[in-house]
Amino acid sequence: MANVLEAKNISVAFGGLLAVNDVSFNIPNKSIVSLIGPNGAGKTTFFNVLTGLYKPSAGNIIFGDRDITDLPPHKIASIGIARTFQNIRLFGLMTAQENLLVAMHSHLKAGITSTILRTKKQRKEESDAEDKAQSILDFAGVGKWTHEFARNLSYGDQRRLEVARALALDPKVLLLDEPTAGMNAQESQVFIEFINKLVAERDIAVMLIEHDMKVVMSLSQRVTVLDQGEKIAEGSPDEIKNNPRVIEAYLGKPKAARK
Amino acid sequence: MAKVSVANNVSKSNRNWIRGYTIAGFFLFITYQFLLPWDGLPSGIYQTVNQWMPPSAVNESLVYVIMALGLNIVVGYAGLLDLGYVAFWAIGGYCAGWFMSEFFYFLNIHFFGSVPAGTPGIHINFWMVLIIGGFVCALFGVLIGAPTLRLKSDYLALVTLGFGEIIPQVFFNGENFFGFNISNGTKGIVVVDPSPAGFKNLGPFDAGWKLLLFLFLTAVMVFISLRLRRGRLGRAWLAVREDELAASMMGVPLMRTKLAAYAVGAFAGGLGGVAFATHVNGVYAERFNFAISIFLLAMVVLGGMGNVWGVILGAFVLSWVNGNGLSAFGRVYNDSFGTSIDFTSFTFLLFGLVLIFMMLFKREGLIPESRMKLLMHEGELDDADSDGKKQKAGK
Repeated sequence: MANVLEAKNISVAFGGLLAVNDVSFNIPNKSIVSLIGPNGAGKTTFFNVLTGLYKPSAGNIIFGDRDITDLPPHKIASIGIARTFQNIRLFGLMTAQENLLVAMHSHLKAGITSTILRTKKQRKEESDAEDKAQSILDFAGVGKWTHEFARNLSYGDQRRLEVARALALDPKVLLLDEPTAGMNAQESQVFIEFINKLVAERDIAVMLIEHDMKVVMSLSQRVTVLDQGEKIAEGSPDEIKNNPRVIEAYLGKPKAARK
Repeated sequence: MAKVSVANNVSKSNRNWIRGYTIAGFFLFITYQFLLPWDGLPSGIYQTVNQWMPPSAVNESLVYVIMALGLNIVVGYAGLLDLGYVAFWAIGGYCAGWFMSEFFYFLNIHFFGSVPAGTPGIHINFWMVLIIGGFVCALFGVLIGAPTLRLKSDYLALVTLGFGEIIPQVFFNGENFFGFNISNGTKGIVVVDPSPAGFKNLGPFDAGWKLLLFLFLTAVMVFISLRLRRGRLGRAWLAVREDELAASMMGVPLMRTKLAAYAVGAFAGGLGGVAFATHVNGVYAERFNFAISIFLLAMVVLGGMGNVWGVILGAFVLSWVNGNGLSAFGRVYNDSFGTSIDFTSFTFLLFGLVLIFMMLFKREGLIPESRMKLLMHEGELDDADSDGKKQKAGK
């Protein structure tokens, strides 16, 4: 299977601290892969490198056949890597629709003059974008909140809206940072179905950071484990479940794993 | 369960505001162009109007309104603090001074100007100078913005503060700018050409027609603001204001978006500068001081950051109090109580108090942006919902 995204030997240093140390990671086309690890393992830092927020101190990121290591974040987003955030970062005082339209910014073309003059082309572009936003909102299950301010939505709907906003970028890769944090078992189950549907219906690969092992194990085709910035294991969910190094990283010592 | 559409709400309330603005503007114009010079007007009314709101005060307020609308794009829409906005005013003003007067007496360039051919100097048509002034300011906005907009808000504010000090100083000492006289220094550039309004050239005594001219420029700024706000760029500004990092992660180029806000804001500064030059029929370096930047910022905050109508009200009221209201009040007070208090010296005390009380009791401004208003009155909004109406009707 071809890879849509490849990160090769990524290291990130903050001063003397190596937050990520020589980690390689790839995301195959139309796959769901997960990144897990204890708190402070460098998962979110790794995400931030992939999306261009941090520049790696060593290593390359290849997207398709293009080296995107040095691209600014908005470029990376517009060519097809979208993300959500660990703590929801919607534009709270903008409506659900506007949130999605912001994400379409790089795909729209209207400039200052055509916006002021409201040319035919600009009006058409806007109404097309609104239609597209609505279809994505419907797909994500928040279609009834089109004109509601994002901050007024329930927690679960805000999570869904954030995914919808990321989808509005037309991404090839969707990075989800702890998407089910704060959800109950039933909500998580709905979310699992949603992600499965997403990958089945669209040409998209999903990468998850997740603490809920049930979500990780039931969704992922491959799981990668980080501990203290280093990759300590990679494999199918079953392999990871029984890997002694992973158990050690999570629980401290092998004995504790007997349960 | 029909939900109130925010977008629809906004455009509906805007329509009402536009109607209100047109009526108020029409009323002002009729009053100052026809009613005030009318012989049959009782002298009592004439004196009251002239004491409280002479035509020149109204015009000056309108120039402030134009400027404040420009600053609103930078501060209110994009959320960038600009403490040196007066620089654009100055640049716009000197554009008028350069291109519409006898300042460059050694040249003889005419282009649909309003003075007889053969008059020395550059004399370009007022409407073109408006556009030139706007674009020159926009260019300066980009020049200043490009290296500085990477800074975080507080540092950006400091740089703009410096810019707002430097530009007026350059003009103030501009009599010998590397061997060139660019501003006539403290003497200023007088007289700028009258502005042609199609049927006549507006000189110093055409306050009524100038009022109409400034109302028109204000309307242009409102139009530009509202249109941009609803479009692609306006959404990007709002997103940057809300969460810069998330915006960049959603493909919004931060630098370009902020630069656009700076350029459009500066363009309005240019319009305001040229308008001010026609209002006072000249360009005077000492008029462009730091206090004006703060004053404009206070107008935007007082009126309601991000809402053009609030900003218009805030700018009009504050500049009126500053220019005429307070001194008129002082005169009336001193006459009736036999005192001799210098009320105008309390201007800044008054503004300070107003701002403190605004921050304490009405933080979102006089007429807040619809978003903020909806947010601050969430409970009331629910009541206004169809369900709420039914409940009330059932009572």
